[in-house]
Amino acid sequence: MTPAAAPAIEAQELTRRFGSLVAVDHASFRVEGGEVFALLGRNGAGKTTMIKMLTTLIPPTAGGARVGGFDIEREAARVRRIIGYVPQAVSADGELTGYENLKVFARLHDIPRAEARRRIHEALEFMELLPFADKLVKTYSGGMIRRLEIAQSTMHDLRVLFLDEPTIGLDPVARVAVWELLERMQARSRCAILLTTHYLEEAERLCGRVAIMNQGRITALGTPRELTAGLGPGATFEEVFERYTAAGGESLAAYLDTSRARASAERHG
Amino acid sequence: MAEEIARAAPASALSFLSKMLAIAEMEVRKLRHDPTELVSRAVQPALWLLIFGQVMSHARAIDTGGLPYLDYLVPGILGQSVLFIAIFNGISVIWERDLGIVHKFLVSPAPRSALVLGKALGGGARALVQAVVVIVLGVLLGVHLRLAPAALAGVVVFIVLGAAVFSSFSLFIACIVKTRERFMGVGQVLTMPLFFASNAIYPTSLMPRWLQAIAHGNPLTYQIDALRVLLLRGDGGLPQLGLGLDFAVLALALAVMVAAAARIYPNIAR
Repeated sequence: MTPAAAPAIEAQELTRRFGSLVAVDHASFRVEGGEVFALLGRNGAGKTTMIKMLTTLIPPTAGGARVGGFDIEREAARVRRIIGYVPQAVSADGELTGYENLKVFARLHDIPRAEARRRIHEALEFMELLPFADKLVKTYSGGMIRRLEIAQSTMHDLRVLFLDEPTIGLDPVARVAVWELLERMQARSRCAILLTTHYLEEAERLCGRVAIMNQGRITALGTPRELTAGLGPGATFEEVFERYTAAGGESLAAYLDTSRARASAERHG
Repeated sequence: MAEEIARAAPASALSFLSKMLAIAEMEVRKLRHDPTELVSRAVQPALWLLIFGQVMSHARAIDTGGLPYLDYLVPGILGQSVLFIAIFNGISVIWERDLGIVHKFLVSPAPRSALVLGKALGGGARALVQAVVVIVLGVLLGVHLRLAPAALAGVVVFIVLGAAVFSSFSLFIACIVKTRERFMGVGQVLTMPLFFASNAIYPTSLMPRWLQAIAHGNPLTYQIDALRVLLLRGDGGLPQLGLGLDFAVLALALAVMVAAAARIYPNIAR
């Protein structure tokens, strides 16, 4: 199969252990090109670890995956050329301006100078950040930072965008604004998106298919409609979520996850 | 790193440089947006020159051959201030790790060695600002420095090179300890031995043999030697290592440090 025709993501028995904790436990799934796919689960379910493996940040303990047709371990450098990643914690540099934050990533992706200028301008305009281009990012609101981060990760010709909890900590208005921009961005670039979330509304609104994770395992996979239908007539998506994450509790990993997210939220005021 | 470079075609050597400079430029821009740190950092070298230097000059306690002690001291304090600023450079990586910045860099197509070298050069730029402060102070104190363009160009090279060595060393430590508290502790523990086991404030010929041996394995000694050769008008009869050896040792130290730091850099995202 040529990489161009390959599915966006193909994970087989993907597993990651941290000591005795199995963060991701034999996960297999497939995301097609251009599809928007959600990993849904409570804190500590293994969503972030899954993203870190697929983005080549940490190697799997067992199993494997291909992203855009490239092996995440043996062809990590190729994978990095065709993906974008927006981590859960704030990842734009507050000490730089919005424009500078974008410029660095344009250069890391080998976008030629003139082309970079054009794309940065376009990205700022698209994300409605043009008036703030020369302001330091530490003066931005949470929603503005998120939009800038999405712009940073989508300036190159990417095939898969990974978003880890894209609207965590945002107020409802900012959340809807991020959703709308993501939808418009995706319609234009046709890249596949894998996002993690614990907001059911977010998964239902943005995503075609959803995988529900619990304690490292994928416990359900399908469109929200298929999943609710499977539970019987009149079932709600909330009930689906409760059902497939039932055995879960707040684990230590969940505690660490949230405390780190909070720490970074405080730092950026 | 060797692997990454070997795989790269000549065209991608340019791309490597461009990515490295993108990271370095980012560090310089941050400095331009908030230069307060540089002002507070200038206090310490000023105290060394104004107090330690004046007292030791009068005491004539340290034999620096035919050179006035203050002349001998200025390049030493220059090297010291570069060390002190570079050795704490790695803390920015810990800060970037607590947020998600470093993760995004590691997911970009930039080779790890380009990221590390870019950071190291950023540290060099930071150190250059310090150098200006120390040199101006030296001139105000009446030290006879050679300020010919060629000498100053050499000073710039050796300041950036030395700072890059200690910045990448600092980054290496940051990737191991991963928290700011531990990093500050290790940084404090390292700076003083590096400083005292060097030719910064006294010639190595005055040291006991064992300390001399350590001093000759310390990159700071070579950086300061080069700064003395370049800035002073004569050697006062003291032995010098020579610019060629100084450059070779520092370049080798940089290659080793960058390779080590690039190898361990991805660990910080785990």
